[in-house]
Amino acid sequence: MNRRDHRLDRIRQAALTIGLGAAGLAIFLAIWTLASLKLDNDVLLPPPADVLTTYGELIADGSLAGDVKASIVRVFAGFFAAASLAVPLALVLAYSRILRALVMPLIALIRPIPPIAWIPLAILWMGLGDPPSYFITAIAAFFPIFINAFAGGTSLVEEHVNAARSLGASPLALLTTVMLPSALPSIATGLRIGLGQAWMAVVTAELVAAQSGLGYMIQISRLSLETSRVLVGMTVIGLLGALMIGSLGVLERRVIVPWHYPR
Amino acid sequence: MLSIRNIGKTYPNGTAALREITLDVGAGEIVAVVGGSGSGKSTLLRLISGLDHPTSGTIDVDGTRIVAPHPAVGIVFQEPRLLPWLTVEGNVGFGLAHLSRPERRHRVHQALKRVGLADYALRWPRELSGGQSQRVAIARALVARPSVILLDEPFSALDAFTRVELQDHLLEIWADTRPTLVLVTHDIEEAVALASRVVVLRPFPGRVAQVSDVKLARPRDRLSHSFDDEKRAILSALDTTLARRAPPAA
Ligand SMILES: Nc1ncnc2c1ncn2[C@@H]1O[C@H](COP(=O)(O)OP(=O)(O)OP(=O)(O)O)[C@@H](O)[C@H]1O
Ligand SMILES: [Mg+2]
Repeated sequence: MNRRDHRLDRIRQAALTIGLGAAGLAIFLAIWTLASLKLDNDVLLPPPADVLTTYGELIADGSLAGDVKASIVRVFAGFFAAASLAVPLALVLAYSRILRALVMPLIALIRPIPPIAWIPLAILWMGLGDPPSYFITAIAAFFPIFINAFAGGTSLVEEHVNAARSLGASPLALLTTVMLPSALPSIATGLRIGLGQAWMAVVTAELVAAQSGLGYMIQISRLSLETSRVLVGMTVIGLLGALMIGSLGVLERRVIVPWHYPR
Repeated sequence: MLSIRNIGKTYPNGTAALREITLDVGAGEIVAVVGGSGSGKSTLLRLISGLDHPTSGTIDVDGTRIVAPHPAVGIVFQEPRLLPWLTVEGNVGFGLAHLSRPERRHRVHQALKRVGLADYALRWPRELSGGQSQRVAIARALVARPSVILLDEPFSALDAFTRVELQDHLLEIWADTRPTLVLVTHDIEEAVALASRVVVLRPFPGRVAQVSDVKLARPRDRLSHSFDDEKRAILSALDTTLARRAPPAA
């Protein structure tokens, strides 16, 4: 197959994939519409068209943007705090047997506690508002990032170290030219998973402990039986989550570890 | 010139890998090292490369004692061991960090051209075939212009065609600048095709069993009778090392 055929083939494949995805979505919306017509109860299940109208209203009055912004700020605050703690800690533990023995049992004990179980403690410590949400998102993002970064740190290939040493790399140069790059694919995976977890956790935290954000908006709308608002909140959460994880995936393949993926 | 004096290597776990190895390799000479599995061939190269230290004895290259990796000694491993996160260019230029960027690029380009991969500078290692990877590894060893190049079974993972092609290629490169080559191989034909001397190691612990000259003019004809005779001589030397081989301590 020559290069042009090859490209055409890839475009065809991509078109097919996108087409099928769109078809799946359309089928889902159709079923939803039918179900809501059959139920005929806007509190239980408003039709997609109503949800779309509500989208329009919430965008027009600016409240959706406000809630999105509040949630995103919290997610990124927690995510960056978690990442800047988890990655160095994981790498240090990967290389130091003593520290590993000291810290790992603790981590094994804390890790199974779901982020949601931290919420009461977080509220007691920090009250309602932003801080508990930062804390919960950070907890949620921390473990996937830590676990993956640790795996990356321990995946060092001795042959690569020897190759670099034989070419004159100093111990310090080894750290930046061999150890860090070998850990990078796993770190990138951890960041992607961690961001997803943080996004889910922020909504959970806002359901209980905040006075703004998408989670809060869902909760308030439920209390006032405005189900189409609840669905706006939920779909926005889905869309933004997919978008964030997707862009991080692209960043990973194009920028962070392009050498790890075939072109 | 490479001078190995009475070196011994016992690993921390007690394995005596090498004992009393003494060997001089003249400048521009090609020496092949053959021997059964576990006879210490890789250990010997690791010691010469400075990646590991002998428990006794000394190694000098052009009068410099080898105690750590040294720019005068390049090494090509069995597996290419390119760093996957660097492009071909980055891998070849890895050891040239001390040079200015244009100088480095120039040297890298020259080395890649020498192994026939000038167009591959921007590829990732995973985008190369086994033979291409090994060429890059050779370019990487060449680029620092070492006076000694160590090769540990460099072509053993390649198919027969590619192997012969790369052997010939290695000879051409060698003819250019005449570095000293120490080539570990389990391929007797490769040893006879390339080397001016063949060192046969005997295992447990690794010692020199025999050193023989290959008295064939270059270029060598792999199909000639004299080539066969040389092969047979080395095979019979290997045979005796294998017959006397003691089982390793459990
Ligand atoms: N890092 C190490 N620690 C302990 N023992 C080792 C180590 N590396 C090698 N050995 C032992 O030293 C001996 C020589 O090993 P070496 O790898 O040098 O042999 P070799 O001749 O290269 O074998 P092969 O042909 O299988 O590659 C073997 O008995 C091996 O088990
Ligand atoms: Mg070996």
